[in-house]
Amino acid sequence: MNTTTPTATAGGKPYSVWVADRTNYLILGFGACVLIVLALFPLFAGIPWTRRLVDFFTLLALAQLWNLMLGYGGVLSVGQQGYIGIGSYTLWLFADVLHVSPFIAVIFAAVGGAIVAVPAAALVFKLKGGYLAIGTWVIAEILRLIVANIKRTGGGSGITIQAATKLGTDVRVPGTYWWAFGSAVLAIGVTYILLRTRTGLGLKAMRDNDLAAESNGVNLWRLKLYTYVIAGAGCAVVGAIVAIHLLRVQPAAAFSINWMAYLIFITVIGGIGTIEGPVIGTVIYFVLRETTAKYGEWYFIVLGIIAITVTVWSPVGIYGYIVRKTNFFVFPLQRKLRLSSTATEPKELVAEAEV
Amino acid sequence: MSFLEIDNMSVYYEDFQALYDVSIKIDEGEIFACIGANGAGKSTMLKTVAGVLVPRRGHILFDGQPIDHMPPYKRVEIGISSVPEGRRVFPSLTVQENLIIGAYRNRKGPWTTDSVYELFPLLQPLKKRQASGLSGGEQQALAIGRALMANPRLILMDEVSLGLAPVVIKRIYDAFPTLIGNGCTILVVEQDVQHVLTVASHVACFLEGRIALQGKPSDLSTDQITAAYFGV
Amino acid sequence: MDWINAAVQGILLGGLYALFAVGLSLVFGTMRLANLAHGDLTILAAYVSLMLVNAFRFNPFYSIPITMVIMFIVGYLLQRGLLNFVVGRGDVAGVIVTFGLSIVIQNALLLKFTANSQGLDAGRVENLSIKVNDRLAVGWLPLIIFLMAVVTITVLQIYMGRTKMGRAFRAVSDDQEAARLMGINTKYVWGVAMGVALLIGAIGGVMMGIRTTFDPLLGSQRLIFAFEAVIIGGMGSSWGTLLGGIILGLSQTLGAQAFGSAWSILVGHLVFVIVLAFRPQGLMAKTVTA
Repeated sequence: MNTTTPTATAGGKPYSVWVADRTNYLILGFGACVLIVLALFPLFAGIPWTRRLVDFFTLLALAQLWNLMLGYGGVLSVGQQGYIGIGSYTLWLFADVLHVSPFIAVIFAAVGGAIVAVPAAALVFKLKGGYLAIGTWVIAEILRLIVANIKRTGGGSGITIQAATKLGTDVRVPGTYWWAFGSAVLAIGVTYILLRTRTGLGLKAMRDNDLAAESNGVNLWRLKLYTYVIAGAGCAVVGAIVAIHLLRVQPAAAFSINWMAYLIFITVIGGIGTIEGPVIGTVIYFVLRETTAKYGEWYFIVLGIIAITVTVWSPVGIYGYIVRKTNFFVFPLQRKLRLSSTATEPKELVAEAEV
Repeated sequence: MSFLEIDNMSVYYEDFQALYDVSIKIDEGEIFACIGANGAGKSTMLKTVAGVLVPRRGHILFDGQPIDHMPPYKRVEIGISSVPEGRRVFPSLTVQENLIIGAYRNRKGPWTTDSVYELFPLLQPLKKRQASGLSGGEQQALAIGRALMANPRLILMDEVSLGLAPVVIKRIYDAFPTLIGNGCTILVVEQDVQHVLTVASHVACFLEGRIALQGKPSDLSTDQITAAYFGV
Repeated sequence: MDWINAAVQGILLGGLYALFAVGLSLVFGTMRLANLAHGDLTILAAYVSLMLVNAFRFNPFYSIPITMVIMFIVGYLLQRGLLNFVVGRGDVAGVIVTFGLSIVIQNALLLKFTANSQGLDAGRVENLSIKVNDRLAVGWLPLIIFLMAVVTITVLQIYMGRTKMGRAFRAVSDDQEAARLMGINTKYVWGVAMGVALLIGAIGGVMMGIRTTFDPLLGSQRLIFAFEAVIIGGMGSSWGTLLGGIILGLSQTLGAQAFGSAWSILVGHLVFVIVLAFRPQGLMAKTVTA
């Protein structure tokens, strides 16, 4: 991270570029402590809480990936459940059929997700706008039907991951926790790094204006493809983790559209296009889940109404709302242009995220 | 009270200010020309009168009635019609259908499909042709005819000569007196100064969002206009 | 021969799919909105019909005109009350809001009617068929549905081509800003467009309820079939959508014939994928630019 002190106009440039503030450093320092606590969580917390956090981090990872794909890649997918399902079943394939250790098999799930994502992208990118979204849903359905029709996978009733049951709770729960936690951190990290590099700036430019970005030599198609494949691989990892976590895979659950419902809710509430948004969204989602999930249908109705309301009234989500009011980011991605002038206060222009 | 009055109007695109405190008075029956270089603000002004943009400050009064926040479709109802920049005829509709759509608000007046075909005979044989298959000049005639079908009192023309051959431009400008004779007032925005000054009764020259020069063409010298246009 | 039977069934099924697809396509054409709740709204229509039949104890066929009117009003209000706020704002807002709507509708229906399958009982017509020869019998009901689709599309074409509102639809599809400048109130036109789309979808919804069973969670699959029919047939053409529906229907029934019923939907998806891969604009694409 580069920070430069503003130079005076006399003899120096009349502007300097800031990326991070002292406050940002404090927050990040605090964040690092939280991270360490979370990393060691299974060592001191009980099984039930660790399991809850597995759910939390898998959803957080999913949300970050969807956010990366949409907020920065401009690809609107309503079909990530397809990759979650592929991940789950690939895990089963490598763990039970090919006898790879389950926690290693997760890596193969990522590869599986990526391999499926490439031709899927080729197909789906031919569609535009909202139709592209429905197209991704069709892909997910195709994957579900193929899996459900193969008898070896247990068909419609699903199959147990024997290798996972053999692990025993005391190994399995912390293991899935670390995979989940790692995935979330990795998803956030990948997003953050991607955006700090030239690819990242390209993604952001593209998100802001297709035509302008294209005329500046940014290869739109390839960027879209990359984010889609990364998201596919990441969702497959989540699927694999969930499979170990739940010990069973079943087409209806692994490929369920409900994943998208949670995902969309989380990202929309938190704020599309920021890294902090999905974190906030996941927290809110969890609070809601713990309090209202027993009401079944009402729970989903509430999720739906909130997502609709937030999209219509405050499209940048809760975190976006905070940002608008305070111009403050936890993850310093925006470049601030500090204009030193003869005025008493240097003016700050921040390149802002627009949805 | 003027027919159309623009009062200290400022218009913004997000944070970018395109018009600074612009004021114009237009009388009924006039041909009022707004000229200026690309980006000078003249199209912005026209779009605001049409209702596509909303001014952040200032007012637009049409026959004394403030219309700054009136949606475009209502403005057609009270007699303001547009020939948009780039023609923007409806490509999948035929010539005839484009004209008929112009009469959507059912305003009474002298303009019907027949009278439009009389004004622009070139359109007659193209009646059933899809508008996407027309040449630039034909589309421009169609766009004007479509605007006339609304039987407007004020017709807004945005760069009607853009991309057209001189002979085509002349044909369009030759039609202006007929429009005026049938009860229209014309507010025309042009980059091409030469043709429009031959028909305009008043001209305003825009420069970087402000009006640099206003008056009757007969009162203004070429040097004055050039200076105002280029800002020298 | 079973193959011919399957083929005839497939073609007739295409009529039903077209009834679902036309509304989806109309909405996308006029306002660039992919309505992810479209399938659920046709299911809603079936439930509306069910409530009417239970209240008035008449044959479901009589409920069709009433359901059509109700769904038109639902569509108009939905558009003006909610969807108009997302139409101008890009694809993301529209997808998220209609997706949210889909979830709300499905779960609201689950609350009121439970997940049990329901059916609309139209009496004997459900079992009648025309015997063409020894090996081929065509059910009256599928045939009626297909004819309804043809009539609906014909009426829609006339509406689009010859009426003031139909012309307005097309103008707004072409260029909404220019349409506004010509005096068209796009908010109102969009409301009517959604109303018409749901009205047509209601016909399909009720007919399918008569022909087979329905439950609150069926909407997603309907959406997908409607979507596939639109893409296969080509955007911008109502007859193309009928063709798309027929091809999809044929794929499904012939697929079932060849590989067993478990594969029927998948074969349909496969045909969709092939068309998308090699002719993404669809078989009868008609979108025009100036």
